[in-house]
Amino acid sequence: MPPPLDLLPSLLTGLLVTLQITAGGAVVALAASFLAGLGRLSGRRAVRGISRLYVDVFRGTSALVQLFWAFFALPLLGIRLEAVTAGILVLGLNLGSYGSEIVRSAIRNVSRSQYDAARALNLNRRQTLWRIILPQAALRMIPPFGNLFIELLKGTALVSLISLADLTFQGQTLRTSTLRSGEIFALILVLYFLLAQVIARGMRFLESRLAAGRDSGGAA
Amino acid sequence: MIFDWGFALEILPALLRAGLVTLQCTVVGMSLALVLGLAWALMRRSPRRILAWPATWIVEFVRSTPLLVQVYFLFYVLPEFGLSWSPFVTGALGLGLHYSAYTAEVYRAGIDNVPSGQWEAARALNLGWMETWRSVILPQAVPPMVPALGNYLVGMFKETPILAAITVQELLQTAKLIGAESFRYLEPLTLVGLLFLLVSLTSAQLIGWLESRTAEAAS
Repeated sequence: MPPPLDLLPSLLTGLLVTLQITAGGAVVALAASFLAGLGRLSGRRAVRGISRLYVDVFRGTSALVQLFWAFFALPLLGIRLEAVTAGILVLGLNLGSYGSEIVRSAIRNVSRSQYDAARALNLNRRQTLWRIILPQAALRMIPPFGNLFIELLKGTALVSLISLADLTFQGQTLRTSTLRSGEIFALILVLYFLLAQVIARGMRFLESRLAAGRDSGGAA
Repeated sequence: MIFDWGFALEILPALLRAGLVTLQCTVVGMSLALVLGLAWALMRRSPRRILAWPATWIVEFVRSTPLLVQVYFLFYVLPEFGLSWSPFVTGALGLGLHYSAYTAEVYRAGIDNVPSGQWEAARALNLGWMETWRSVILPQAVPPMVPALGNYLVGMFKETPILAAITVQELLQTAKLIGAESFRYLEPLTLVGLLFLLVSLTSAQLIGWLESRTAEAAS
């Protein structure tokens, strides 16, 4: 292959690790977003307090500091995590703390009258949440979650600093063996850009699918 | 191993000095982001496609690729063009460039939010280009931008540890060195986390206060 594409095969193994961390992190982030987002709207004070603490701690400190803490400091407290596990957990929990705000505000923005209507139909709390509120809130969450997904993809580059062989790490390895820094990092940037475009397109597709057959959610 | 408070106290001065470097990175980076972002935003508004098109793509590209890789690019590639800057300068440049893509969006949203009637009114009053911006558009566009820019300032502050990867002696790099020397990572890393938490929570309060003030001023 002509340069710089001859570098691609060596980068592909790293790309797979990046995809793996992104996918794992997305699952953790989504779960954490909903747990903490719903938790902050809970009727129980303790649940609200714990959710708030989680969001403040993970949003208030830096993702890389959290990653280093989990990888270097946590073992000293007797908890040893594999680099992959640490990467997925920390990035997922970090982005989840931002995601919880998306969930919270989307739910709070569902019109009050929807709650009243659910009540008039004699639905209980669980039915109201799952059948009336969340389906409407979910649609509004998709664009901000799309942005968050891209932030997660970008964040996965950090795992290269705890010696996980992702795309960025492979770039560094290749740089020391070939010294073609410009080509390597330009190629990697383009790869991340393409992945981000795939995510953005996917989220827009998802949004149009979910929006089909619905009105604009009471905005009119 | 439990947390050693004596050791923590011993390394605190070194970490606070490193915190100063972190703050310097943030200030230089944000100043750059404010200027560069304005350039992108103005280029994108230009009716000339040769200006608007590159700015659109630069913003999109910079926003969807990792800061770490951008910093590596600058760090390893600039010297090939004879630009051998210190890690600090390269790092601040990387931060500024990355966040300029975000500030450009803030400027754009702020300017687009000024109703078109305001432009028409300025025109009807026969105001010049300078006068229109200075007395009509900017006074309405800027206040809502302030909290958004504040959020990105805090965001940038929290991303400065990435510069440890190119050996800038900021908080995380210093904590790593202390850890490597003493074989104690728990105290330095925990302290760094607490310092970040302290600054972020304080600034979040401040931004919340600014937001409520601009909301009041608008109503």
